[in-house]
Amino acid sequence: MAEATPGLGIEIRHLYKVFGRDPVGHVELAKQGISKTELNEKYGHVLGLRDISISMPAGGIQVIMGLSGSGKSTLIRHINRLIEPTAGEVLIGGQDVVKMDDQALREFRRHQTAMVFQKFALLPHRTVLENTVFGLEIQGKPRSMQEQAARYWIERVGLKGFEDSYPNQLSGGMQQRVGLARALANDAPILLMDEAYSALDPLIRVDMQTVLLDLQKEIRKTIVFITHDLDEALRLGDRIAILRDGEVIQQGSSQEIVLNPADEYIANFVKEVNRGRVVQVEAIMQPLSAGVTPNVTATAGTTLEEAMSLLSAAQSYELAVVDDNGSRLGMVDMQGIMAAISRSETPRPAAKPTLVKHVG
Amino acid sequence: MANWLADFPHLDSELLRALKKTIDEGFRAFTRAYGDAIESFFDPLHFFLVHAERFMTETPWPIILGLVALVSWLASRNWKIVVSAVAILLAIGFLDMWEDTMKTISMIFVCTVLSILVGIPIGIAMARSNRMQKIVNPILDVMQTMPSFVYLIPVVMLLGIGKVPGLIAVVIYAIPPVIRLTNLGIRLVDKDVLEAADAFGASPWQRLTKVQMPLALPTIMAGINQTIMMALAMVVIASMIGVQGLGQPVLKAIANQYFTLGIFNGLAIVGIAIIFDRVSQAYGKRLQKHLEVVHG
Repeated sequence: MAEATPGLGIEIRHLYKVFGRDPVGHVELAKQGISKTELNEKYGHVLGLRDISISMPAGGIQVIMGLSGSGKSTLIRHINRLIEPTAGEVLIGGQDVVKMDDQALREFRRHQTAMVFQKFALLPHRTVLENTVFGLEIQGKPRSMQEQAARYWIERVGLKGFEDSYPNQLSGGMQQRVGLARALANDAPILLMDEAYSALDPLIRVDMQTVLLDLQKEIRKTIVFITHDLDEALRLGDRIAILRDGEVIQQGSSQEIVLNPADEYIANFVKEVNRGRVVQVEAIMQPLSAGVTPNVTATAGTTLEEAMSLLSAAQSYELAVVDDNGSRLGMVDMQGIMAAISRSETPRPAAKPTLVKHVG
Repeated sequence: MANWLADFPHLDSELLRALKKTIDEGFRAFTRAYGDAIESFFDPLHFFLVHAERFMTETPWPIILGLVALVSWLASRNWKIVVSAVAILLAIGFLDMWEDTMKTISMIFVCTVLSILVGIPIGIAMARSNRMQKIVNPILDVMQTMPSFVYLIPVVMLLGIGKVPGLIAVVIYAIPPVIRLTNLGIRLVDKDVLEAADAFGASPWQRLTKVQMPLALPTIMAGINQTIMMALAMVVIASMIGVQGLGQPVLKAIANQYFTLGIFNGLAIVGIAIIFDRVSQAYGKRLQKHLEVVHG
C-alpha cells in the first residue's frame, strides 16, 4: 500500500452552471455578463457558477474558498459530475469529464476520484471496516484485498481498534477519519474534500488538518479542498482560489493572497490573518549588505514566525536567507519582520468585520 | 315539488339493468374462455400452499413447537418472547385447535411470502419514479377500502372455491402495507449517503442493494408486520370461500350461535397474531440496533 497512485492534474475551463427550467437557454446571458440578481429577478434562473477556469496541478492541494452561497460546493461536484455543468470543460488526464457517458463516468468515479463529505455520509448500518471497504467493494475488488487496504488506512488515520464500531458510536472527528480512510482506501489520484472539516470542533479540525498534511507528504494526491475558513485555506492550500457569487475573484498561493489581495472583499478576509504564519522570509528579504554577516540562517520558505523564533533562540538580530544549496540569497532583520507582521494589525477597523468565521 | 328534486335523476332502470347484465355476461364469457388458463397459471401457488399445509399438519407437534421456539429465538433473541410463543401454542393445542391453527399458520406464511415477493419490487418501482407512485397509490387505496366481499366475487367466478382464490383475496387485502412502506423506506434514505454512493461510482443496482435496501429495511419490516396482521384479519372471510383453518369453526359458530366455539377460535387467532407480531417486531428492532448506540 505504500506506493500510492500519484495525483492527476485537473483543468477546469470556462465552466458555467445555471439552475432553472431552461439553463442552456440562459447560459448565453451569463456569458454576456448579466448580473446574478438580474438573471434571477428577470428570468427566474439562478447563476451557480460563471466562467470558472482553474488549473489544478497534479499532486498539490488546491483550496477553493468562499462563503456559503459562493458556489464552492457546486464547483467541486462538477469535478466528478455529481452536478451536470451547463457549459464548459473539466479535463482530467486529458479526458473531458463532461462528455463521458454513464458507464465511463462510473468507471471514472470508481478509479480516478474519491470524495470526503461535510456530513461524513457514512453508512450507518455498516461498521468502520465495512464502511472503509465501500469504494473497493463497488469496484469489485476481491474481499481479502478490500480488507487489507481498509485495515491499513484505518490504522493510518488513527482508528485502529475501532474497526468493528458503528458510526453512531464514534465522535464527529472519528467519523470523519472513517470518511477519510474510505476515500484513501480507494487509492484514486484525485481526492475531493467538500467542507470535510467544517462540521468539526476547532481543535479536532486542526488535528485533522495535520493528519491530512502528514499523509499528503507521502501520497501526493491531487487534493481539492473546499472550505469557508481562511485559516484552514492558508494552512492547507498550495494554491487557493477564492469564490464569490459563483465567480473566481482571486487565485494564487497563500502568500500572494495575503500580500496582494485582489479587492476590498479579500482584503477584509485577510485582515485578521496572522501574517507571521503565511508570509515567508524571501518576500521581505533585503540584499546582503557588506560588512554584516548574520550567524543565523534560514532556508527560503521559512515563515516569519519561524524566523522570529530562530532569532530569539540565537539571541540574534538578523538572519541570512539561503537556498537549498546553502548559498546566501539575502537577509532579514528583526525590525523588518516586525514591520511585516504588524502591517496586518493596522489600521484596525472600528468594528470587527464579520466576514470570516474565525477559528483556532 | 318538482319530481326531479324529490327523486335523484337517475339512469333509466331498464338501461341500468341492461348495463349490469352486459358487464356480467362479458365477465362470465371471459371466465369461460380463460378460467382454466388462469387457474393453471396459479398452479404453482396451489402446490406451494398444499405442501406448506402438509408440512405444518403432518409434522409431529413437538417438532413444530421446537421450530417455533427456534425461529422466535433467532429473530428476537429474547427468551420471554420464546416462552410466551410456546405457552400460547400449548394452550391452543390443549383446547384441541392444533390442526386448524397449523392450517392457518401455513396459510399466513404463504400469504406473507407472496406479499413480500410481489410487494417489495412494486415498492421499489414506486420509489424510483414519481409517475409510478401516482399510478399505484390510488390502486392501493381502492384495495384497502373496497369491502373484501366485493372482490371475492370475481375471484370465485374465475377460480372457484378453494385455497388459491382464498390466498389471492387475502393477498389483495394484505399487500398494501409492504408496498407503501417499501416505497416510503427507500424515499427516506439520507440524500447525503446516496450522493456518497454515487461519488464512489455505484451502479443503480449497487445503490439499491448496498445502500437503499439495507437502510430501508427497518421500515420495510414494519410493513411486513402490518401485512401479517391484516392477513390474519382476513382468515374468517377467506374461510367463506373454502380456506381451511381457524376461520371455519368461527363461521360455524356464527351460523349456529355457538358462543364458546367462536370465542376459543377467535382467541386462537389473537394468539397467533401476538406471536407473529412480537417476533417480527423484535426482529425489526434488532435490525436497528446500530442506530441506538449513540456516542455519548
